[in-house]
Parts: sequence; structure tokens; C-alpha cells
Amino acid sequence: MTKTMTDVVCPFCGTLCDDLEVVVSDDGKQLKEVYNACVIGTEKFLHSQTKDRITRPRLKQPDGSWKEVSYDEAVEYTAQMLANAKKPLMYGWSSTNCEAQSVGHEIAEMAGACVDNTAAVCHGPTVIALQDIGLPSCTLGEIKNRADRILFWGCNPAHAHPRHMSRYSIYPRGFFTGKGQKSRKMIVVDPRVTDTAKLADVHLQVEQGRDYELLNAFRVALNNEWLPDVVAGIPAAKIREAADLCKNGRFGIIFFGMGVTQTLSKNHNIDEAIALTKHLNEFTKFSIMPMRGHYNVTGSGEVLGWQFGFPYSVDLTRGFARYNPGDTSSIDLLARGEVDAMFTIASDPGAHFPISCVKHIAKIPSVCIDPHQTPTSGVSKLHVPVAFVGVEVGGNAYRMDNVPIDMRKVVDPPAGMLTDEEFLTKVRDRLKQLKGKA
Amino acid sequence: MSEYIIKNGHVFDPTQGIKGDKADIAIKDGKIIKDSEVSSKAKVIDAKGKTVMAGAIEIHAHIAGPKVNLGRIYRPEDKLFTYQSTTANTRMAGGFSIPTTFKTGYEYAKMGYTTAMEAAMPPLFSRHVHEEMRDTPIIDEGAYPVFGNNWFVMEYLKNKEIENTAAYCAWLLRATKGFAIKLVNPGGTEAWGWGLNCLSVDDPVPYFDITPAEIIKGLIEANEYLGLPHSIHIHPNNLGNPGNYTTTLDTLKLSAGYKAKNKFGREQVMHLTHTQFHSYGGDTWANFESKAKEIMDFVNKAKNVTIDTGNVTLDETTTMTADGPFEHHLTELNHLKWANVDVELETAAGIVPYIYSPSISVCGIQWAIGLELALMAKDPMRCFITTDHPNAGPFTRYPRVIKWLMSNKARQDQIKAFKNSDKVVSATNIAGMDRELSLYDIAQMTRAGPAKSLGIPSMFGGLKPGMDADVVVYDFNPDKPSAPDQIEAAFSRAAHVFKSGIEVVTNGEVVNNGHKRTLWVNAKTKENPQVMRDVQEKFIKYYSVTQANYEALGHHIVPNPYAIEVDATQ
Repeated sequence: MTKTMTDVVCPFCGTLCDDLEVVVSDDGKQLKEVYNACVIGTEKFLHSQTKDRITRPRLKQPDGSWKEVSYDEAVEYTAQMLANAKKPLMYGWSSTNCEAQSVGHEIAEMAGACVDNTAAVCHGPTVIALQDIGLPSCTLGEIKNRADRILFWGCNPAHAHPRHMSRYSIYPRGFFTGKGQKSRKMIVVDPRVTDTAKLADVHLQVEQGRDYELLNAFRVALNNEWLPDVVAGIPAAKIREAADLCKNGRFGIIFFGMGVTQTLSKNHNIDEAIALTKHLNEFTKFSIMPMRGHYNVTGSGEVLGWQFGFPYSVDLTRGFARYNPGDTSSIDLLARGEVDAMFTIASDPGAHFPISCVKHIAKIPSVCIDPHQTPTSGVSKLHVPVAFVGVEVGGNAYRMDNVPIDMRKVVDPPAGMLTDEEFLTKVRDRLKQLKGKA
Repeated sequence: MSEYIIKNGHVFDPTQGIKGDKADIAIKDGKIIKDSEVSSKAKVIDAKGKTVMAGAIEIHAHIAGPKVNLGRIYRPEDKLFTYQSTTANTRMAGGFSIPTTFKTGYEYAKMGYTTAMEAAMPPLFSRHVHEEMRDTPIIDEGAYPVFGNNWFVMEYLKNKEIENTAAYCAWLLRATKGFAIKLVNPGGTEAWGWGLNCLSVDDPVPYFDITPAEIIKGLIEANEYLGLPHSIHIHPNNLGNPGNYTTTLDTLKLSAGYKAKNKFGREQVMHLTHTQFHSYGGDTWANFESKAKEIMDFVNKAKNVTIDTGNVTLDETTTMTADGPFEHHLTELNHLKWANVDVELETAAGIVPYIYSPSISVCGIQWAIGLELALMAKDPMRCFITTDHPNAGPFTRYPRVIKWLMSNKARQDQIKAFKNSDKVVSATNIAGMDRELSLYDIAQMTRAGPAKSLGIPSMFGGLKPGMDADVVVYDFNPDKPSAPDQIEAAFSRAAHVFKSGIEVVTNGEVVNNGHKRTLWVNAKTKENPQVMRDVQEKFIKYYSVTQANYEALGHHIVPNPYAIEVDATQ
């Protein structure tokens, strides 16, 4: 016999779909099938069931081999590492729940650590831009119910957020959008002909790295001012046409991704995109939203926000919180060789940071807390496998539009495995002893 | 639990009519007891020459939730020069107008505030609000979910279905662990979904074809049908515009003929919040003037209305409200950064920084209006002090507002300090008002009054035996003449603060993080299959989350919940 669990929340991307159905064995130990999820989400659930999964912490030996250790030994190593470090970096947080983040921040405060999440290599420029100019935004249900103009700028939801268009942005029939896709116009700005671009009513194939100019040209077009014949590889007439399309809508939205945050001009692109959104509000209703990647990177920013006042790249080493991206951000700290211990949780800098940074991680005491084997676990001294959040343990997560959704546990983790929160709580308590606070 | 006896203090307790007489206050097991019942083991606190009051109650502040946190995130500059390091009893804490959650708890407690209400909870974001409240130490908190632009409410009220509205309200209070029915710019925020607004109580809401007046009256009726502890709590239409006092009067008049029905001792049917922002005359910023008198003439007569002031504190702050169109209007005025969040089916929010500069005459006039409201109040049990934190100023300025209210000299000094003091004087009545509020008035406006209005007078706001032991000792001697700044200093850092019988603050420093609770209202209604079916339908068709993921609120999100039970099944 099996049982089906409904309203399951998918711990993969920032779309945070919460309508999954998961079939589990009667004893709740095996996960059999996943319905409604995209192919990536389905894999995330099924991956937890692999037989060769690592279920106990492993410590790297001088000869490069791994030796299995107990969780208690892993706690001791981690707590000692943090207690002895002058400037530890605690990076990641984006694929775990807010409860674990919260305990992690207590540890960071005690250890005098730098705390950073994956926004540092993702939507960090978005944060800097919204600190400059604000952010007119909305929840995804507003898009579903009202939006008739959808812009995807430098993002490719067809592959990166596979259910975004069907759940929220293009296809759903909402309250004021009863005709679904037919009631919407879709504009895609991307130098590549992506699978998202192929669906668009208008595809503006912007010259690579010229997004700022094009955004600016949109604003010129809104004011019916003079434009050169071609801007960023797009003929002026086409820009005017697209700008008019936005202006004539009832409710529009710009979704944007790495194509604008991590290319030339970075936060300045986003500044201009937000200025364009604000500008469009003089004619109609318009919003803008970053397409957040990890399912709970938004939550990490929120918890850091209410506990320390800054959403990423927070430096607690001086006994109070400082925030200065470029100085207190992970890549810069690692590239300058400033940190003397690396604590990674729920993310994979080994796969995404510049090689010089990864080499530095390999040189210093390091812990990687992750259910998977990753390039980061490979270069770390200690790998602590934990239960899959959203599969084997619940907890709160924040969707890309900041809506909090409480995730569900669907199966038990393999016997004896700890969750992120449980492991961190043990580290916290041990660190308290080492610091003479308990 | 420990016992305490606070001896020989000057006690101000409106619930017992004690006006500064010397009395002993005894505490045992988290409650106030008769001083004859205390044992010899009780720790003695010498309050000779000091002021003793119940813990103060914040009736309206934006201290937890999505827009507050977006404010924190998008204003790193707000943290500058504010950070306090970790101590034995406190986490590191920073921020001025939008402090971190820890700082929020510590600062309220240090001033002797022991209970606070988050003034606008978007229901879809209730988990976020509760997560932040969980991380706000010491003080008890509750949150008001917003209803004034809710699609269910507008659809039911369009058909005059009060019973269904009430059943839906009760369901939503339960689902979100909310405390009261809040309205923000009723109808106007829904109109903002299309970039529009409702500026009077008769402006129809686009598509829904209902007026703000109908929403307000309908929710009063639903609130009294349920018999909730608090009345409707309303931020009316047309906030912040010159000449808006007529809209405010129109809103207030809608309370006429309604009588409070509840078992909590509440007498009002409408609480009008941050009234300062709604008491403006003139028709441009050039001839902007105070209409506090016109508003207070009405409020003083209408026994079924309570208000809070929304005092401008002349600081750089961060405005944030569910009044989405207003914040857009404000960013067009001051050109500072604008954040906005529209929330599906329910509400919206906007955030814009604002500088209340003493060099700008409009800001000086706003300052005067807030104070005039409190000084013109004939019944301090119906007019409460707020700064609509952080909109008119941060809550940490309450001691300064109290100083202005208690000292004419402090007010005159401030008037003189304005760059355009002649303009401020000519547009207001403040210069000629010599009323100075007493400590008893202050105890009514910050303790007993809000407790009664919120329907929790049996727990908070007084020092009667049996009430929660929320007690504050201020180092202020009412028998001796004092300089205005002594008032501010004493109210800024209380000598002793007890929360539910635990000493949480000593000499202005946090010594214990207490046992914080979340207050919410559990209203039981008759089963209503129609409403439940409507809820189900809306989730399937229009919400972006499933119903099961909207309601779930486990113990990990709301620790120490304290439910106030209401039986509306009869």
C-alpha cells in the first residue's frame, strides 16, 4: 500500500511550487512517485532515495581519503574551527529552511563570522539597486490575476524556473485575465534565442552587455523623445513599438535574471530597470521582480534582514553588523585570502566561485554541510551530510516574491541522520561552551 | 516564580483611580496580588520618590512583517551609528527607524512598554509576521490582519451579507493568528491594483462596485456581530493630503448609531488610527493648516470612537503603509526611493523614506497637529499616544512626545526652534494651548485606555490584583519640580520593568528576555458551508498558494500563543 501526500512544497527553485503530490510507501520510509513537479523538482525528490547516499559525516585524511566520523565528532570539529578562527566565513543558506538559518546566525554572532548567501553571486546587484532606488513589486498571484504585459529580461524560465509561466505569468486564467495566454502580451529581451524567447510575442535580441542602453532607450521612447536609429542592436522603431505595448497595458511586470545582474553594468542595469518600472507607473500599473534561483535564498535575505538589518554579505567580526558588498562579500573575502575558516551550508561555491577562491577554501579549515556530494564537499576538510530540507524535514521558506510557505516533510531521512537545524543547534551549544557562555 | 513588592512608589493607575498616591504593588506567579498576600521572601524594590505604572501598550506600530523587513533591507543607511554589540543578555541590535527585531523588543522594554500590536499584517504573509514576532524578545505582541481591500469582504458586503463577512473574518483571524480587523484605505488599495485610488468614502472601487463607506459600515457590523475584543481599526481614505479632514469626518460619522457588543468591556465601535495624518486643512501645501479642532470636536462627543495620535517627532524616518497609492504619491513628492508590494486578493504596501525637517513649515504644522489632538482630548481614555511607528517617527521617541505633552515650555522651545515658526503658529493652535498633561493622563493614554480599546483590560493596562504583572518603575518624582528633559530621560530608560512577573529591565538595561507571547483572537462561529466553499474556490482559482499551505501555522512559527476566545455561535 502507498499513501499520497498533497500540497507538498518543492525545494528547488524560487518558484516554490506548493501543489505537488508525492506518493510514499505506507511506512513513510520510501518515496515512490512525484506528481505536478517539473523535471528538476521531481529529480530533487527522487534523488533523496538513491542507495549510495552518504549518511554519515566524513573527515578528509592527510592522504586525501575520507574517514567516516560520528556527528558528535563533526560537531566538535566545526565548533573548534569556528572558535579558533579569527575571521570565519559562513556561506550558503539558500537551500535550507529559515529555522536553520536562524540558528546559524546565532553561531555567526558568537563566532564573529561573516555571513553571506548565494545572492553574492546572483541577485546581489539587485539588492544594491533596490537600496539605491526602491522596488515596485507584487506577489505572483497579482500577475496571475491582473497582468497583461509580461517582460522576461535576461532570464529563461523555460529552463530555470520551469513552472513559472504555467503557474503565474503566461498561461494561467486569473480573475481579470480569463483568457489566459490570449489576454497577455509577452516580451523577451535576450541575446540568445532561448526556449522562452521562442514563445514571445516580441523578442528583442539585445546586443550582449547592452541592456543598460536598451532600458534607457525604453524610457526615452516612453517620453516620445529622439532615439538613434539603432540602440543595443535593436532598431528604434521596434523599441518604440515595445514601449508602447507596455504603456498600453493595464498591468505589467518585468521579470529579470542573471542576464542583467551578472553581466556588464551589474547593479546599474537593475537601477535602470527599476527606474523604467517607476516611469511606467506614470502611464499604467507596472511591477518588477527578480527571478530568484535557490528556493530559499529569499528567506536567507529576510532572516538576515530582520536579525541584522542587511540581506547578504553581513560582517559580524567587529561585534556589530557591517554591510559593504565588495568588502564583506564572499568572493572578495576569499580572493583576498582574508578568511581563515570556511563554513559552507546548503550551496555549492566550489562549482560557482572563481577557481582562486576555491583554492583558498582548500587551504583553510573547512566544513561543508550538504546532503549531496558536491565540488564544495570535495575541497572541504569535513563533509556533513544532512536530511533533505523540504523532503525529509519541513520548515519555512520564502518564494521569489517574498511569500512565506511552510514546507512539508514527506519521508523520514535515513536512520540516524541529522537535519541542518539539529546539527547547527549542536554546534551552537558546543560553541557556547568553548566561548564560556554556557 | 519569584515574588516582588514594589514599595512606596507614586502609583498612577486609572483602573483603580489612583493618582500618584503612595502604594505598594505586589507580584507573585506572574500576576499582581494584594500587598497583604505577599510572603516575606518577596524581593523588595524601593520605589520611594519614583513613579509606578502598569506596562505601557502600543496600539499601533509597524514592527514586524514583509514591509517592515523590506524597509530594513532597502535602507542600510538606517543602521549607521546605531549598532549595539552583543551583551550577556542581548543579541547585537541596530537600526533607527526600522530597528532589527531584537532591538525592537529591547527598546520597547527599556521604555516600559510590555505589549505591542503590529498594525498591518497582510494575511498571505502572516507566517512572516509571526516569524519576526518570534524573534522580538520580551514584549507580548499581536497583529491586525488587513480586511479593507479583501475580495471576499468586498463581494459579501456588496450583497450586504454581514453574517458571511463575519464568518470569513473569523476564519481569517484563525488562519493567520490575527488579533483584530484592520482597514487601510478601504477600497483605495484595491483600486491601486490598477494604479488608481479612492479619495473619499463614496468613491466606488473599480470592478467591485462598492464604496469605502459600505466597506467600513459592513465591517463594523461584522465586528460587532462577532463581538471581538477590539473594534475595527481604521486608517481612512485620503491620508496625508491637504483638506483631508472632511474625508476623516465622513469616516468618523459612519460610526453613528452603532453600539459596541462584546464581553470585553470595550465601548467603541471604531478606532481611528494616526489621526494626525487625517486632520489637515487647506487645499495646497502652501495654505496647509491644522484641523485638529474640527476632528476633536467630533471625537470628544462620539463616545463610540477611540483614536490614536500619530505624532510627528521631527526625525528622518521610513514611511510604510498598506496604503499603496499614498506611498506612490509620496515618492512623487519627495523623490526618495519607492518600494511597493501588491498582495493578491488582499492588500498592498508601499515604503518611502521621509525626513520631517524642522526647517520645513509643513513638517512643523504636522508636529503641532499631533500634539493638538492629544491636548484637545477631553477623555484621555479614548485618545492614545502613537507615532504610527515608523511613519511619523520611531517609537523610541515616545518619551519625547510625552515631554511635549506634559510641558508647555518644551513645546514653546520647539516652536521657537522651527525655521518658519511664524508659519507654524499661524496655521495651528499649538502656540496658545497651555494644557499640560498629568502623569495620570499619560497613564490613561498609554496604558488603561489602549487596554480597554483593545478589549484586554482584564490583563493589561492596570495594577489591580489579578492582572498580569506588567509593572514599570520610572525614576521620576512627581512631587518635585522637574525640567522637561527629566521627563524624557525618565521615560526613556525605566528603573525597573516587570513583564508577566519577570524583571526584564533594571536601570534601563535588559536583564532578562522574559517569556514572550503571541496574542490572537479565536472567534468561534456557526459552521458556514457557503463561506468555506467560497474560500476553497478562491484558492483553487485565484491564489498562488494552496489553501492548505496558507493556513498551516505550527508551533515553530507561533511559540507561546495566547488565544483570546470569542464565542459568536449564539
